[in-house]
Amino acid sequence: MYDIAVIGAGVVGGMIARTLSAYDLKICILEKAHDVAMGASRANSAIVHAGFDAKEGSLKALLNVRGSEMMAKVCRELGVKYQNNGSLVIGFNDEDKATVESLYTRGVANGVRNLKVLDSRELHEIEPNVSQNATCALWAPTGAIVCPYELTVAAVGNAMDNGADLKLDFEVTDICDAGDYFEVVSAAETVQAKYVINAAGLHSDAIAKMVGDDSFTVHPRRGEYVLLDKECGGLVKNTIFRTPSKMGKGILVSPTVDGNLLTGPTSVDIEDKTDKSTTPEGLARVIREAGENVDGVMFNKTITSFCGLRAVGSTGDFIINMPRTRFVNVAGIESPGLSSAPAIGEYVVDLLKNAGMTLNKNESFVPTREAMHAFREASIEEKNAIIKKDPAYGRIICRCETVTEGEILRAIRENPKPRDLDGVKRRTRAQMGRCQGGFCSPYIVEMLAKEMGIAYEDVTKFGGGSYVNVGKTKEVK
Amino acid sequence: MKQIDLVIIGGGPAGMSAAVAAYESGVRNLLILERDAHLGGILQQCIHNGFGLHRFGEELTGPEYAWRYEKQVRELEIPYKLNTMVLDITPDKVVTATNSEEGIFQIQAKAVILAMGCRERAKGALNIAGTRPAGIYSAGTAQKFVNLKGYMPGKNVVILGSGDIGLIMARRMTLEGAKVHAVCELMPYSGGLARNIEQCLHDFDIPLKLSHTVVGIHGKERLEGVTIAKVDERRRPIPETSEYIACDTLLLSVGLIPENELSKTAKVELDRVTSGAVVDQDRQTAVEGIYACGNVLHVHDLVDYVSEEAEIAGKSAAAYINGESAEGVDVSLKADGKIRYTVPQRITQKKDVTVYFRVADVYRNVTVKVKDGDTVVFSRKKPKVAPGEMESITLKPEMFENAKELSFELEVQ
Amino acid sequence: MIRELTCIVCPKGCPLKVELENGAVINVTGHTCPRGKTYAINECTHPMRTITTTVRAENGEVVPVKTSTTIPKELMFACMKEVNRATVKLPAKIGDVVIANVLETGADIVVAANVD
Repeated sequence: MYDIAVIGAGVVGGMIARTLSAYDLKICILEKAHDVAMGASRANSAIVHAGFDAKEGSLKALLNVRGSEMMAKVCRELGVKYQNNGSLVIGFNDEDKATVESLYTRGVANGVRNLKVLDSRELHEIEPNVSQNATCALWAPTGAIVCPYELTVAAVGNAMDNGADLKLDFEVTDICDAGDYFEVVSAAETVQAKYVINAAGLHSDAIAKMVGDDSFTVHPRRGEYVLLDKECGGLVKNTIFRTPSKMGKGILVSPTVDGNLLTGPTSVDIEDKTDKSTTPEGLARVIREAGENVDGVMFNKTITSFCGLRAVGSTGDFIINMPRTRFVNVAGIESPGLSSAPAIGEYVVDLLKNAGMTLNKNESFVPTREAMHAFREASIEEKNAIIKKDPAYGRIICRCETVTEGEILRAIRENPKPRDLDGVKRRTRAQMGRCQGGFCSPYIVEMLAKEMGIAYEDVTKFGGGSYVNVGKTKEVK
Repeated sequence: MKQIDLVIIGGGPAGMSAAVAAYESGVRNLLILERDAHLGGILQQCIHNGFGLHRFGEELTGPEYAWRYEKQVRELEIPYKLNTMVLDITPDKVVTATNSEEGIFQIQAKAVILAMGCRERAKGALNIAGTRPAGIYSAGTAQKFVNLKGYMPGKNVVILGSGDIGLIMARRMTLEGAKVHAVCELMPYSGGLARNIEQCLHDFDIPLKLSHTVVGIHGKERLEGVTIAKVDERRRPIPETSEYIACDTLLLSVGLIPENELSKTAKVELDRVTSGAVVDQDRQTAVEGIYACGNVLHVHDLVDYVSEEAEIAGKSAAAYINGESAEGVDVSLKADGKIRYTVPQRITQKKDVTVYFRVADVYRNVTVKVKDGDTVVFSRKKPKVAPGEMESITLKPEMFENAKELSFELEVQ
Repeated sequence: MIRELTCIVCPKGCPLKVELENGAVINVTGHTCPRGKTYAINECTHPMRTITTTVRAENGEVVPVKTSTTIPKELMFACMKEVNRATVKLPAKIGDVVIANVLETGADIVVAANVD
């Protein structure tokens, strides 16, 4: 019997579980995918928003500003890369100028610190590559960037290190209230938990329905991105937004914490919650609009393009409530969901406390985790000391991103253990570079097969039927 | 810090050939650094034949060709380190590398030869819309799975790009029991050698669809199919011509890119067309004492030419180390556009210089002209030239000794 | 009848024209070396190919192999079947014979890379 089952191992579920693991609770994280961070946390803009965008008084505004304040410390504890690079919302005309002004006013009301409205000269002094046609901007020095899946992996991993269980391939098909606990059912297994937290992202409406709550729906909004080579990462320092429209914040151009340049997203409402395909129109729009906002974006240096689905709730705000006893919805967490995630964890704990749950401190709670990038950032002397102890750290597997065998093995053995090529990629950056795994994936398949004790041909790209190889040579029928 | 006269980055065909040439020119304090577990580089996975006709007058497989050089390296006792990745080269030739035995170490070299080879262009650069399932590989990655690991990346294959590795893999996968449905080539001509079209596609009735590209990728877990379409003269897909092909594998053979990340750390000037270093006739880069040869310099069609070029680099590096120099000139070579690039790009010494070049399109009945201002110093007719086939001409010192710039032009009748 | 071929003897890929009468070769043009002419004649009478592939080693690894000379083109897949049934012991050295006189063609299947 678990005290709490968290449904969904995205950044929200992960941060909630991690926050709860500081208390003396038996926690279980249930995830339908083959790995953590497989929904919106896998593919989004990777921005810690300053908090000037959400409507005053909304839950979004409250949790964004708080989350943004917490983020640096959370990332430090979890060993996750965080860069306080600042955000700029640029405008091109009088109408945009008015929007910039109103964002400033809203930001101040939301409690965002150090906001400043810039004129063209000030803007181009900070960011010389922003389009010369831009006439004004809102500058939010507190804006930052993180890697969303790295944060999710670290949050879930930290929760696990502090005693939480993670069950992958656990697609919840039903939830039955057994009086003083819930039975959370999947095809293979049923988990009993006193409390259930619904952090199922796009599918949180379906989960809520299982306990009779149909007060909201969640629909997918497609966002397509194009990621460029590290060669382009220095084009801008701040995250460059266009003044927002009804459908979101437009196409941004931003450095990533790993030094790439990210452009996107588009914003198109779709029906199919599993459709993560990119479209010719979408990619064309990203390329066109990124080029309008920033000069010199070299799309011939594209590394990959991808699509993420935002979980857009029907209420316009985050949906965090208890529709019935011992059941918490954390739904409709669209942007600024990543920025808010640490604060959502805190908020849910308060919600549970107020609902009468007994929360005693977990005396052995360790809030920290060794950074995956620790080796990368060590000095030559430190690295050599590590290599002496473990020679695998001397051998480079991924040439493009300079990832060693030691780092990959560490990731494979560490909570939450990756079980496929993409899982290793998200944790170590191996295969993430310009050759996209061309050189190293055959070796990583071998390492995964060996560590997991499975056959080479049974290794997948991301679970399910996504096999990398279909069999041995000489045996094809 | 350890002092070594000549450090060669890469133990593939270029690196080994350069090392042997340098040794034979008197360099004894030299070292090859190879990132893989064997010497031979990419040739280890190129198990098909066709290598060595120029060099050895016989058809060898990739590993056999590599062995001819590895044998020399071993016999001459040229030192090499395997599983060793070079992390950085400074302009004053400090080489930083890592391996499991020694950790991260540094070497002060007198001369460095860059011989890191090239990599394949990845799918990302193509920006094909659709899903991102398993089953999409570069042809070289598939080659590694099949030839080195013994696994089949798929059974029903479409190949995008008619580069030689793609053509070779079409045959290889077919022989191993896969069905190759089509090879799509964006351009109106093939990027691979004519013989490979013949023996890898025609022999197995695999259609080569010129002026076609992949416009859609389908399948959520494993690839289920691709949409291909014909393209117009400006290489834009024509939607009405779209055709769905069910397949579980898409192989990409869409170009090779010299791997010059290390050259950049050494501040070596790069040529925007070749993506390799700008070099003189000795294959010396703009950084004194740093040489480049093989596919890191420009992508070659044949390994035989790589070996030839590497010998030039090896000998020249030896001469540099030994303090030898010849009478100097300073001539820059310019390509006119129909000729995309030349290697070398500069001539600095009065001696016979063979200039390699590639053309931008398929042209028939052409005259290659080399001009010093308005004066034609060299001219040769060719029945046909194509981007997939590297051309070369040899210039005599009297053709350039008084020139500042030679322009390479292609006259099409 | 004129048959047009691309020579596969070397990477030059010369375009060949072969004049045929009742299946017999009368004349070859387009070749730039004697081997090209031989290829053209063979290709129109009994086409031959070299096979390069791999064979399983006893430990499950694969070892590159090739036919020591060309074999009839129509035997390519039959030859693959033979190779796929065979195994080699490691270490394998270039030139080691894996299958002698495969399918009575006169060609051996020989190791084409040193594998430890």
